Formats: sequence, structure tokens, C-alpha cells
Amino acid sequence: MSAVPVDLPRWADVALVPLVSVIAALFVAGLVVVGIGENPLEATALLLRGALGSAEGMGFTLYYATNFIFAGLAVAVAFHAGLFNIGGEGQATVAGIAMAIACLAFSALPGFLAAPFAILAAAAGGAAYAFIPGWLQARRGSHVVITTIMLNFVAATLIVYLLREIIGKPGSMQPETPNFPAQAVLTPMHQWLAPFGIDLPSTPLNTAFLLALMALVAVWLLIWRTRLGYAIRTVGANPRAAAYAGISPATVTMIAMAISGALAGGLAVNEALGVQHRLVLDFTAGYGFVGIAVALMGRGHPVGVGLAAMLFGVLYQGGAELSFDKPAITRDMVVVIGGVLVLFAGALDGLFRRLVASVLHSGREAA
Amino acid sequence: MDLLQLIAVILDSTIRLSIPLICAAMAGLWSERAGVVDIGLEGKMLIAAFASAVAAFVTGSAWVGLGAGILAALALSLVHGFAAITWRGNQIVSGVAVNMLAVGLTIIFGNAWYGQGGRTPSLEGPARFGEITLPFARWAREHVPGLGLIYDEVVSGHAAPAYIALLCVFITAFTLKRTRFGLRIRAVGENPAAVDTAGISVAGLRYGAVGICGLLCGIGGTYLAVAQSAGFLPHMTAGRGFIALAAVIFANWRPWPALGAGLLFGLLDAVAIRLQGVTLPGIGLVPVEAIQALPYLMTVVLLAGFIGKATPPRASGLPYVKER
Amino acid sequence: MSSVLAIELVGISKRFGPVAANRDVSLSVAAGSIHGIVGENGAGKSTLMSILYGFYEADAGEIRIAGAPCRIRSPADAIAAGIGMVHQHFMLVETLSVVENVVLGAEGGAFLKSGVGKARAALARLSQDYGLAIDPDAIVGDLSVGLQQRVEILKALYRGAEILILDEPTAVLTPAEADQFFALLRALKAQGKTVILITHKLREIMDVTDRVSVMRRGEMVAHVATAETSLPALAEAMVGRRVLLRVEKEPRERGAPVLEAVGLSCRDGRGTETLKDVNLTLHAGEIVGIAGVAGNGQSELLEVLAGLIQPSRGVIRLGGQILAAADRHPARLRDRGLMHIPEDRHRSGLVTAFSAAENAILGYQHDPAFGSGPLLSPARIEAHAREAFAAYDVRPPDPALKTAKFSGGNQQKIVLAREIERGPKVLLVGQPTRGVDIGAIEFIHRRLVALRDAGVAILLVSVELEEVMALSDRIIAMCGGRITGERVAEQADERDLGLLMAGVTDEAA
Repeated sequence: MSAVPVDLPRWADVALVPLVSVIAALFVAGLVVVGIGENPLEATALLLRGALGSAEGMGFTLYYATNFIFAGLAVAVAFHAGLFNIGGEGQATVAGIAMAIACLAFSALPGFLAAPFAILAAAAGGAAYAFIPGWLQARRGSHVVITTIMLNFVAATLIVYLLREIIGKPGSMQPETPNFPAQAVLTPMHQWLAPFGIDLPSTPLNTAFLLALMALVAVWLLIWRTRLGYAIRTVGANPRAAAYAGISPATVTMIAMAISGALAGGLAVNEALGVQHRLVLDFTAGYGFVGIAVALMGRGHPVGVGLAAMLFGVLYQGGAELSFDKPAITRDMVVVIGGVLVLFAGALDGLFRRLVASVLHSGREAA
Repeated sequence: MDLLQLIAVILDSTIRLSIPLICAAMAGLWSERAGVVDIGLEGKMLIAAFASAVAAFVTGSAWVGLGAGILAALALSLVHGFAAITWRGNQIVSGVAVNMLAVGLTIIFGNAWYGQGGRTPSLEGPARFGEITLPFARWAREHVPGLGLIYDEVVSGHAAPAYIALLCVFITAFTLKRTRFGLRIRAVGENPAAVDTAGISVAGLRYGAVGICGLLCGIGGTYLAVAQSAGFLPHMTAGRGFIALAAVIFANWRPWPALGAGLLFGLLDAVAIRLQGVTLPGIGLVPVEAIQALPYLMTVVLLAGFIGKATPPRASGLPYVKER
Repeated sequence: MSSVLAIELVGISKRFGPVAANRDVSLSVAAGSIHGIVGENGAGKSTLMSILYGFYEADAGEIRIAGAPCRIRSPADAIAAGIGMVHQHFMLVETLSVVENVVLGAEGGAFLKSGVGKARAALARLSQDYGLAIDPDAIVGDLSVGLQQRVEILKALYRGAEILILDEPTAVLTPAEADQFFALLRALKAQGKTVILITHKLREIMDVTDRVSVMRRGEMVAHVATAETSLPALAEAMVGRRVLLRVEKEPRERGAPVLEAVGLSCRDGRGTETLKDVNLTLHAGEIVGIAGVAGNGQSELLEVLAGLIQPSRGVIRLGGQILAAADRHPARLRDRGLMHIPEDRHRSGLVTAFSAAENAILGYQHDPAFGSGPLLSPARIEAHAREAFAAYDVRPPDPALKTAKFSGGNQQKIVLAREIERGPKVLLVGQPTRGVDIGAIEFIHRRLVALRDAGVAILLVSVELEEVMALSDRIIAMCGGRITGERVAEQADERDLGLLMAGVTDEAA
């Protein structure tokens, strides 16, 4: 172990290291499965079959992946600006609240306007709620990590209050809003594709998935092809150089956080507008945190984020199927895998890079 | 119920609700004073709560539970230390990982072993920490007006880990201020290079602090599952680790103020529970959520520098790399 | 002087990756003497001392203390062997008190009470012996730099150091503090301590040391008794390439004033005035060099003029127009033809994680030439870099290569190309050749002179006095944030400038 950074060829850096950490994480998960007395190989087979073995399974997998794409992109954009946004959960929650209010207050909007309006409301809500810690960091020097954590809890209590007192469904004991107007909700993919002669089983997969794919492309464009993206990356890599180049780190911090929050709002769009058609408590279900794993594993690049989101989609859907057959292996396994991945691909990145470097090196010497 | 009685009851539950916060706050204080940022307090308490509940159930001894809780939290501490100290990884990322691991592992193993959706079986008798009645509590209540009641209700009648936790505050404050180890911890969190050139191992000190952090989280988690409740529930820490983090910030990384902040946040919680469903004249139904959100909001406002100023140890969050 | 050797280093070598920081270095230091080690930045002095202090282990070689071979694997070993070190950047904990800093690592027991008591008594004694008065309960962060250095020395003495290594001790001191410091060195010697003084200031060496060793590029190139050498001889041994610093330069009539600063002052974050009432006029077609010891306001002057920090008082005129606060912004200034090559390319001039092509547009990312609307065009950025790299001989001329992988000289050429190619009217240049190989130094110097010949107004800041003297038409000396004097370059000599840099102004003299 020395202070000299490990120098790896680009392909190893972007592909091999994340791959090795994924394999190591799955191996650890396998050990946990063994620990509770199940056969990990059998579990893996069941998991893969459940996630990818049928059109229905695939539909669910992509639906989950949609959440992870949004959550992962939110973290990734902030990363590029050198910011660690742990507030995805809270931002998604506020996005959901904004969207619910927009849907319920403007229920008379015609169909072609209602859904875009709801989506914009979600993005604006998430952006606004992320802008607060961004502003606090830029103007008051408060560390974004701590403020986003705290604001997560504030959002969590806010939604409880609002669902119970203000926007809750009258007469319902459940913490939920009334159903959104039918013209506002997103179309399920199986209905959307039916006119094209594509026959899919009914799954929660909806057009928010297409939105997520567009977000992947848009983030790629933003980060690597725009002047703003250049400014974001400069601030993230070297704030002094940014100041020298006439880029204001403070402004970029606020903008990047707002974009990050807007992306987190995609979670609300998929869950509330796409599937449940109303706002329920805890709809974020920890997706925001798994997004950190997705972003780390994807190395902050949209292609990586997309692949990592798919992996977690498979794990989520396969995990759900698996827990039918093996009640001992609950879906919380995914959280464990996520945790191990965050550890391996994030905090222990140095260890894995060294590992890969030494293997490559000895391979070269043997050759 | 007269006013004094009401106050006594609220203060009593304040202490009960504060103990986990105080433990975790001391834990975070040790870690951060040594320069290792820890947002994984929550996860460490959670896994300690689980391990202690399981061990107490299996052995029938609350004290064995405490030992198991401490060991489990220590294990996660070492994971954090390994990533943050040995491999100079991102400490925030590592903390997130610790929290996720704790949430997942507790539910999976709880469910696999007991099949109750992650709960552990109910603890009874010596498997749970009972309330300790301090000497003269009953007598004071009857013979000393006012103070006697407070003594019996508030000071007396808590479980053993609660008294241990309060003792830990004293030990923390004393050790940091007056011992060699404490001086070195304070130094390493501010300027690790100074410690290194003085011939002291930076990593050794930081591992020490992270270990103490695990120990204290272990006590806090055990208190939750084996004293306050009678077993483990999934997600039972419910953000207490983060409130503790807030308490540390509030206290500007000092032990006694951290105790104060822990008690304050405990009081807020106690009041919120007390006011649940209560309709006050003029206000209507009390928005309990507002009180619950207060610790978090106060922390954000504090961090923004609108009231006072929070100055973390200078080297906290930064891995130590020798300069060339 | 006794003939007993306090320290012998034999054949010390140390590599950091591909860089050989020390190559087969040997050194003997007599006990009870003041021994100077001189060399340029990066000559390997600090690495050698870090090895002696156990901060690094040498790859090869032997250390002998008082004649006995000694393995020093950590600072703890060094302290046990009676070695104390005062680093250039102090190793103090600013939130702790003086006495707490002094006992750190030598607390004398698990509880502080007794150890701190003992330390107080010892501090009082040391203060008396060496005239190092200090309040043991003061918080170190509140002390002046000079006093902080005193704490460092007390720390070493408290640990019973017989051998004291001082790394660039006067770099941060005011002239008055430096005088006190030299008196202290003599007092230490009188008490029988051995002192190793690392510096790149030759005058100090001549004034205070008994013997001196010269390092160059990781090797020891000379050991001499101070009495038997001279300043020029040391300088030549240290630099070893005197001839190179002849820059071909024709006399040239300077043009109209382009950049003017009137009464410029500025404060740092702590409120200390770093720039005091600076007046400066820069004409077209001249190079004005700033001579000064690092940390005397030159950096702040550059940053204020470049719009990176705001002055607390004063006026800046660019092309005759007073710059409003909104105009004192790097991007605005670039648009008006004021370009800036920053002192530290790694800290602010480059984003080393970016590709070379991306760095070639840093600061010009809004130029319509590199894209359309909000979009950037990678093809155009790359084509631009290819052209620029060819013109400035950047090697390898690969725009896609990560900037961190270029050598120092080529990184500097990337910055140079970027700031020069757009035809600046004013060019601010900080440390143009720091960490740059000889070939690139010549190239950079020739470019700067060519720019000046083309009518650009250039302000040059460099800690290398020779560089300032070789390139400039006029030389302005700074000390403590003030301008202490001005000389026409042809008439300036090193000695005279040295006095100005030390704060001895024309009026005072």
C-alpha cells in the first residue's frame, strides 16, 4: 500500500474493476445465502429465471430498472460536480408531493397536457428540494452530505403530515391521496405497444421507462457535450481551476444539485404517475439509496448507470420471485448486495484497483 | 395527574428516548474527533440491536446480549475503518454501505431464523434488562416533596445500559480532555501529519477511535432492543443514528454539549409522543410531525450558520496520505 | 568545532515511482556545527531529510548517528536517536495549546496532568536558555508564524533533540523574525546542538553555517567549508547551468501603458493585509518582473489583477478604462485581452483528470469556436488542440491523452499555448518554469520574449531571481505585500535586489 495512485489501462478502469467488484459482491451475497442454509447456485438460477425467464419477468425487471436509472443518474450528476447527494429519497418524496398537488389541483387539464404537467411538477419539486442543500453549500458552506441526510427526514415527516391532513384521500385510513385523474397517468407499456402489434403481458412497466432512457441520453449529452457539463466536471475535478477559468463553483453547485434533484423526481413519476396512480407513503422504498450503488458501479457514466440499473432491476425482480420459492431469502438481499457493492465499488475502490492492477501486472510478466 | 407528575413522566421518557441518541452521539464524537466521518451510526446501532436481541433470546441473558451487540457493531466499525483508514476510501460512501448492510442483513437473518418478517422473538425475564430502582427511590418519593418524585421517576428506574451510557459520557469527556489518548485523538482529527511526525501511528489512533465508536453504538443498539423494547424490529433505529449525528454537530463535537443535545432531542420526541392525537385549543390537532422534524431542521439551520457556527475537526473526512 | 560526526549518511537512494529523488547521497555533519544544505526546488533536500527523520525509508544506504549504524524506520526511531525536525509546513495542531503541542507524543504517562506540569517547567527552562519566551497556554492557531516556529523548535528540544533539522525555516519569516531566528541558531550551537539548515537562500548559508553541502537533481554535488566558498560559487554549484539563463533579447522601445494599478490593497481570509498600496504600470512591449521571496504578496498581486480575488482598496485600469467590480472577473478579463498563466498549474491552471484537448479550452469553454449554442463540439476541440500542440511542440501531441500523463514541461506548454495563442494584450505569468525541464525552459523563455517583442505587456512573477533578471525589462521588488523598489533590468544586480526583497528600501538605505 503506497500513496502512488494505481494506474490502469482505460478498459480495466471502466469495465474490469466494476466487474470484479460486482462479482465479489455477489460472492459475498452467496455467502450470506449459505449462512441462512440455502444453496446459492439454486438461488441464482431461480433469481435469473424470475427476472429474465419470461416476458412478464422482464417487464417487472425493466420497471424496477427505471427507478434505479433515475436514482443512479441523480447521484451521478452530483458526483460530476464533486457533490455527494444522499438526498435522493427526500427529493423524490417532495417531487411526488409536488406532482400529487399538481395532478389534484389541475385535474381539469386535457390529456395531452396533464401528464407532461405532472412530470414537470415532479421535476420542479425534486429540483427545488435539492436546490436548498445546493444553495446552503454554495452560499453558506454547509456540507451537502449532512444537509441532504437531514432533509430526507424532514421530507419523510412532511409527507406523513400532508397525506394525513391536507392531500389525503377523504375517509381513507391509508396514508394516500385520491387517484390521479385518468388522463394524467402514464400508459403501461403493454397498452402502449399493443397498437404496434406487440403483445406483452400486463406489468407495471410504463412509459416512464422511455423517459428514463431519454434521461440517460440527456445526461450523457449534458455532461460530455455541453458547456454547462464542462463547467460541472471542472468544478468537480478542480474547483480552483474552475474559478481560474471564470466558472463559479457556487453557481455550478446549485445548478448541479437542482438537476440531480429533478432526476430523483423521476422516481416519483415512475412509481406514482406510472404504477400506483396516486401518492402513497414510502413510495421511494429505499431506491434513492440503491441509486448510490448504481452510480458508483456505473462510474458516473450513463452507460454504466444503465447497466448497473439493469443489474439491480434483475436482482429486485428476481429477488421477489426467489422469495416466493425460498421464503428465507427475502428481497432485502438486494439491499445487502447494494451495500456490499457500495463498499466494494465505492469505499474500497482503491483495494480493487490494486487487486486488478497486480493481476494484470503479473499476467503481463508471465506473458 | 398534576403538573409535577406530568413533568416527571415526560422527563422520564426523555431519558429513555435519549439513551440511544446519547450513545450514538458519543460514538460519532469519538470517530469524528479522530478524523473519521461516520454516517454509519444508524447501521451500527441497528445491527447491535439485532445481535443483542438474538443473543439475549438464545442465552436468556441480557448481558450476553449486550456483549453480542457490541461485537456486531464493532465488526461493522472495522469494515468502516478498513475502508476509510487502511484503504483511504470515501468515508461517506463507506458509511452508506454500512447502513445498507445493516438494514439488509438484520432482516434477512431475522427472517431466516425466526420467520416473523425480521422480528426476533419477545424477550422475557432475565433476557431483558430490567429497571433498576436506585436506593431510597421509594422512600424519597414518599418523604421528600417534589424532588423525591423526580428522583424516583426520572433518575431511578432505568435499565443498566442507560446508566452505562451516562457513565460513557463522563468517561468520554474525561478521556478526551485529560488523558494522553484523548490528546492524541484530538490532535489526529485536526492535523494527522503532526501526530505522524511525533512518532505516533495515525492509523492506530483512528482504529482505536473507530473501535470505541463501535462499542458505544453497540450499547445504544442493545438498549433499544433489550431494554427499551423486548426484541428486535426491522428498521427499529428509525433515524436515531442520524439524529445523533445532528446532536454531535449541534454540540460542536464536544461531549457535554452532545449530552445536552441528545437530551433535547429526546425531550422533543417525548413531547411529540405525548401530544399525539391531542387537540389543543386554538391550534387544533397538534402537528406532531413538525416536532419530529425539528432536530433535523435545527441542524440544517445551524449548519447554514444562521445560529452559531459548527466547526468540525479540520481533518475529518480526509484520508491521511503522507505528503511527498 | 569538534571532529566527532553527529550524522553520517552513506549512499542513500530513494525512488518515488519513476522519479529518483535521491541518488547515492552521502553526507557528514560534525557534532555541534551548523550545516547547510542548499539546492533548488526539487533537488532532493527535503526527501533526504525526511529519510533521516524516518518519514520515508531509503531504498539503499546507511545512516550512522554518532558513529553507530542506526536504522530509522519511523519518526519515533528518529526522536529516540535524538533527532528533531522542524518542517517547512509546521506540524502543529492549531486548536491545541502550546504546551499540549509540545507534549504530543511525549506525554509521559497515560494522564496528562503530570506530563503537562513537567512540560511547563521544562518550557520555562528552555525559554530561559534560548530566549524563547512563549505563553504555554496560548492556542497555537492564534500565534504568529514566527511564534509557531518557536513552538516547533521547543517541541524538538523538549524531546531531547541533539540534532535539529530545519527545513526552509526562514521562508515564512519576516526579516526581523529571521534575525531572531539566526540568533537562536547560534545559541543552539553554543549549547552543543547540531543544526542542519535546509534552504535555497544562499545568503543565509553564508551568514550562519559552518559547512555547506550542495544538492542538485537528487545528487550531492559539493561539500565545502563555508569560509572557503563564495556566494557565486555556491550558486553555480546549485544551478549548474548558469549559461542557459542568457535569454536573447533585443532592447525595445516600450509602448503605451496598458495595465495600471493604483493603491491596490488586499486582505486574506484571516483579515491580514497581503497587498499594501501597490502602484504599478505595465506598458505594451515590456516585461516587468516581480522579485521577491515566496509569500510576499506576489501571488496575491497576480490573483487580484487576474480577477481571482477582489482588492480591498485600489483601482485597476485596463487599456485606460477603470475596471468595475463586475469586470474584475476572469472570464470578463479574458474577453478584454488579459490572459493569465497561473503560478501553480496543478492547483489552478489545469484539470489533470481531463484530456489535454479539454484543458486547452479551460477558461475559453464559452468560445463559440468550440461548439454551437450550449453544445461543445469534441471534433472542433480536438482539432484546435492538435493545431496548438503542434505550434507549441507539446509532446506527445495527443489531444486525447490524460493531462496528468504529460511531463511538467509539456503541461506548462499546454497552458502557455492556451493563454498565448489568442493574442493577449496583457499576459500575467506566474512561475513559468517551475518543475519544467531545461529544454522547455528555453522554449518558454523564447516565447515570452517574442510576445514582448510583438507588443504584449507581460507581468512576470518568479521565485527564481535569475529568471526575473534574465527576462525582465524592469524589475520591481516586493516585500511584505509592498513594493520596495524598482530597477531597470540592465542595471540591477543580485545583491541590490536581495536588499530590496529583504525590505531594505531605497528611502531607508
